[in-house]
Amino acid sequence: MIELKGVTKEYAMGTQTVHALRGVDLTIADGEFVAIMGPSGSGKSTLMNMIGCLDLPTAGTYHLDGVDVSDMSDDEQARVRNKHVGFVFQQFNLLARTPALKQVALPLMYAGVGRKERTERAAAALASVGLADRMDHRPDELSGGQQQRVAIARALATEPSIILADEPTGALDTQSGEEIMGIFETLNTQGKTVILVTHDPDVAARAHRIIRVRDGRVQQPAAEQRQERHESE
Amino acid sequence: MNLSESFLSALDTLAAHKLRSALTMLGVIIGVAAVIALMAIGNGVQSSITDEITSVGSNLIVVSPDMEHSGGYPPLSLADVEALADPLNAPAVSSVAASVAGNREVTAGGNSVTTSVSGVTANYFEVVNLGEFQAGDGLTQADVDTKARVVVLGASVASELFDGENPVGRMVKIDGASYEVVGVLAEQGQTLAGNPDENVYAPITTAQARLYADRTRTGKHAVSSITAQARSETEADAAIEQIEATLREAHGLTGDDESDFSTFSQTALLETVNTITATLTAFLGAIAGISLLVGGIGIMNIMLVSVTERTREIGVRKAIGALRRDILGQFLLESILMSAIGGLAGIALGWLLAQAFSLALDATAVVDAQTVLMATGFAAAVGLVFGLYPAWRASKLRPIEALRYE
Repeated sequence: MIELKGVTKEYAMGTQTVHALRGVDLTIADGEFVAIMGPSGSGKSTLMNMIGCLDLPTAGTYHLDGVDVSDMSDDEQARVRNKHVGFVFQQFNLLARTPALKQVALPLMYAGVGRKERTERAAAALASVGLADRMDHRPDELSGGQQQRVAIARALATEPSIILADEPTGALDTQSGEEIMGIFETLNTQGKTVILVTHDPDVAARAHRIIRVRDGRVQQPAAEQRQERHESE
Repeated sequence: MNLSESFLSALDTLAAHKLRSALTMLGVIIGVAAVIALMAIGNGVQSSITDEITSVGSNLIVVSPDMEHSGGYPPLSLADVEALADPLNAPAVSSVAASVAGNREVTAGGNSVTTSVSGVTANYFEVVNLGEFQAGDGLTQADVDTKARVVVLGASVASELFDGENPVGRMVKIDGASYEVVGVLAEQGQTLAGNPDENVYAPITTAQARLYADRTRTGKHAVSSITAQARSETEADAAIEQIEATLREAHGLTGDDESDFSTFSQTALLETVNTITATLTAFLGAIAGISLLVGGIGIMNIMLVSVTERTREIGVRKAIGALRRDILGQFLLESILMSAIGGLAGIALGWLLAQAFSLALDATAVVDAQTVLMATGFAAAVGLVFGLYPAWRASKLRPIEALRYE
């Protein structure tokens, strides 16, 4: 359960103060499949960072599964991310020269899981995204779609409740993108909360709810969203 | 985070940039090798000098004339030797020898050589530790008492004059007078006191009467130096005091009169030489240490570059849950590993250099455990100290900024 109340984010850029978020109230229930959309500079990236515990709000509160995470230290945030959030990035962000199995085991290593259990769980995660036969492959030996699947397996390794994907199909061809979307849908039916950040209306349309961000504010309700999307795209 | 895994992963990262890692390590390799080699050479020189000094005989005290305070006359004579040999005067002295020295042409058959000809007391060879003869024997007290025309030859002089034949019983000529060879010294090699192999020794009385006419102010035959042996090393200081008191009294010096001689003990010489060589060694080590420092700065430089290059990687690691200490440890391990590998290679290289030096200069360079430990410790410390800042920078990176970094 993600609950943001009156979240604002300001940061200084040169002499100016940028208001990235201006009082966001947002609730995402467990098991939801949502898409966050919005033009560049709308604050959607800041919102994503906030939800992913990569950033802290200037004001307002953020409760993740009932725990206040709005005022945490770097390391506390890192532990929350490790346990609750799986990240999938547009550019995959795999470690160079590292075999798939090790990539996927990395979050488990940071979680302090022993080597044997870690390897087993990483292998299971890779198998669940259809890469059981690619465990020893390095990123440069894998296609874009396969790399993104390794990234998803890595996001799943610690069995977080939330998958946060930032333009996950942005760097992929249509077919690979379709496969990746299929994986997200499967994960959602298995009960994961899936949050996509995207520009692509077709990708966003696969979600069950679209959250539109503009000028640092979340626009609701859903009825207006659909209409606005048709106007702007 | 498992240490052996972190270790392997750090090795992996270093291996991914082989040339860069090797060049970075080179700084440490050169630094450590320089420390090891220079310290080894310094220690080698020190021990060979020490060996030479002690080979002359320990507990020795040499009394030399101080012509500046003797009014132009040589101050020392055999009377002084007798005074010092009296246990009532100098109880800490066990034996006293004297010599008078100069250069003369020595001929035998068709061969001639101009070399140092010394007049010595009968116990001289024993006192200055030259007591081994390859042929014949030393000088006797009777030789000295009768001013016998006999000589003992150094090893080189003997072979030059007699072309390898046994000279004992044959005659040599010095200043026109004939002397019978009674003994040949075993080969000694260069010592701090000169080279006995190049020396010819006659009884001191013979030399005083026939070769060296210098006399003291009171008209006694002069001696060039007196060598006394203390009963033990611990009594060396007492022996020096007794010698000085005895000689001052014998020379009629009182109160503030400057002594017309100077004393120098083997231990004092040893201490002086050790102090000098130790300082020199430390100095060389310090210079080598500077190169190690430069190597450390090289590590820091490359680690800072590495942190910048891998900003995105750091961002990803943090996003998936790496704590600050995980990142800190990762980068620190890489720099320590670089300096440690460089340190080991440097020890090997330094050892090789020391061996090469030993061969080239016929001295023994001593690579001691202390130096190796020190250099290793220093190298690891260099990796730690100079790796700390880049690693700290890496651990401080904020994940959102690191992820955004192109």
